[in-house]
Amino acid sequence: MSKVKIMKDGHHLSRDELSVNIVGYILVGLFALVCVIPFYLIIVASFTDEASLIRNGYPLIPTDFSLQSYMLCLKNPVAILKAYGTTIGVTLVGTALAVLIATMTGYVLSRKDFPWRNKFSFFFFFTTLFSGGLVPWYMMCIRYLNFKNSYLGIILPLMFSVWNMIIAKSFMAGIPSAITESAKIDGANDMTIYVKLILPLSKPLIATLSLFAALAYWNDWYNSMLFITNEDMFMLQYYLQRVLGSAEAMRIVAEKSGIALPTVPLESMKMAMTVIATGPIVLLYPFVQRYFVKGLTIGAVKG
Amino acid sequence: MKKETDAKRYKEPFFKTVRRHWMLLAMLAPALIYVVVFNYIPMTGIVLAFKKYQYAGGIYGSPWNGLDNFKALMISGKLGQVTRNTLLYNVAFIFLGMACEVGSAILLNELFSKRFKKVAQSFMFLPYFISWVVAGAIMYNIFNYERGVFNHIVTALGGQPFDLYNTPSAWPPVLIFLKVWKQTGYGSVVYLAAITGMDQEMFEAASIDGANAWQKIRYLTIPSLLPTMMIMLLLAIGNIFRGDFGLFYQTVKSSAILQPVTDVIDTYVFRLLIDTGDIGVSAAAGLYQSILCFVTITICNKLVKKADPDYALY
Repeated sequence: MSKVKIMKDGHHLSRDELSVNIVGYILVGLFALVCVIPFYLIIVASFTDEASLIRNGYPLIPTDFSLQSYMLCLKNPVAILKAYGTTIGVTLVGTALAVLIATMTGYVLSRKDFPWRNKFSFFFFFTTLFSGGLVPWYMMCIRYLNFKNSYLGIILPLMFSVWNMIIAKSFMAGIPSAITESAKIDGANDMTIYVKLILPLSKPLIATLSLFAALAYWNDWYNSMLFITNEDMFMLQYYLQRVLGSAEAMRIVAEKSGIALPTVPLESMKMAMTVIATGPIVLLYPFVQRYFVKGLTIGAVKG
Repeated sequence: MKKETDAKRYKEPFFKTVRRHWMLLAMLAPALIYVVVFNYIPMTGIVLAFKKYQYAGGIYGSPWNGLDNFKALMISGKLGQVTRNTLLYNVAFIFLGMACEVGSAILLNELFSKRFKKVAQSFMFLPYFISWVVAGAIMYNIFNYERGVFNHIVTALGGQPFDLYNTPSAWPPVLIFLKVWKQTGYGSVVYLAAITGMDQEMFEAASIDGANAWQKIRYLTIPSLLPTMMIMLLLAIGNIFRGDFGLFYQTVKSSAILQPVTDVIDTYVFRLLIDTGDIGVSAAAGLYQSILCFVTITICNKLVKKADPDYALY
């Protein structure tokens, strides 16, 4: 770490401020490193030659650089591209729907002149307190909504979350109610007010909710696992889960039977697949970072 | 605080309210339909816990079998173990997680290098961005017996290689670490937002009165964070009997050796439903879990409400 500046806003830093900062730099810095090092290790392993991986294990520093695993992943890219296509499509549609429904619901519940807002808030909130459990929900999806091998099965389960609704409601409660009131006097209806006035004022909220929803969809493997058996419809994470599982299975079989594995770089390919499946969503973060703290207001359910 | 805009205190007739606010109600409709279909109707499906499920009869047409499903659950002898695991893991997640989140939020706020703060925060957010599938792959990279980075370092330092995937006793700390690792970046933002929203004059006044930086953290920042901590705590307690399915499923996989220390109610119910296909017994286990959660949050909320109504969730 570089020498800390002893000046802050033109003032000399007092000893206690300095000590808080030293502790802060050390702890935060260490934790940040612990967070980032595993990603570094995965990336390094994905670029390492398979033979070297088998001989020396996963490396700490890049040695025996090789693009072999990526070449192999992209040699037969149909399955990966299909999973990518499905995931991007589902993420875009799902995120748009999730943000729309969370902000619309949040807006209505934040309207102080809406007399039933607390009753409805509790109606939504109650679903987080009590649930029928996995089984009745699963039966509903499979038997009555026909989610088996349907895109609805991967879009609908993540479309609405009470948590996002509460965030939207808390944020919108902070928008002066005079805006709604004066627009009403001018004769605008509720939908127009929501679309033309409230949404443009809610950019930090929309950015935050979009990020949450996009992450939930991009990282979803659970609903694919429950509902999808058609390989052409796999989401990326579920595809990765299957690749990791089958690579591991192949390795165990080969070890037990003593048959030498075909020269497929399984270990490095696993890591390359992991990088390929993670990449795009991480790149989203810098675009929403500046909105993040503003968009995340956690308010109470009531009121 | 905010002035009451709806000055009318008399009770408006039901249909008049509907007519006056029909568009707000229409805007609420998608979310209402959603929770009715995905939450409220399935709640009636808990009758499955008391039925012998038959495919032809479906949820409501299958014959009743009293408490047979619950008896089968008790006989399996797993219920106590998975309940204990779920509870203990969640207690550790909640308290260690909150300590790390609040701690890093406070320290991040104190750092005066804005660039360091931004970079550190971005790094801390990385784990939040990945799926449990990827987290599982990362863990495999580090702890794999033959090739893992961890054993790489241990053997290089002259130690004995460590086989995590065959050492059940090592799993609780590893899973707790993994969970805290994944959620701290996100969790700290919630508290950072709360700190940003605090009255800055309060801190300036304290400085003038001679409070040092540590005292301000101890006597101003932490007490001002209590309401947020209370909300987060209550929300977490409502789910204290719900295990993080992805965490346990994607890291432990289906290892039988690790099951005694890593099996939680959610993975147990999932196995009953998907692997054994026993609808009735898994519904009974799910109902057991829901009731535990509901009772816990109701009692906690009541207690909090009694102590200080402002902190209660509902």
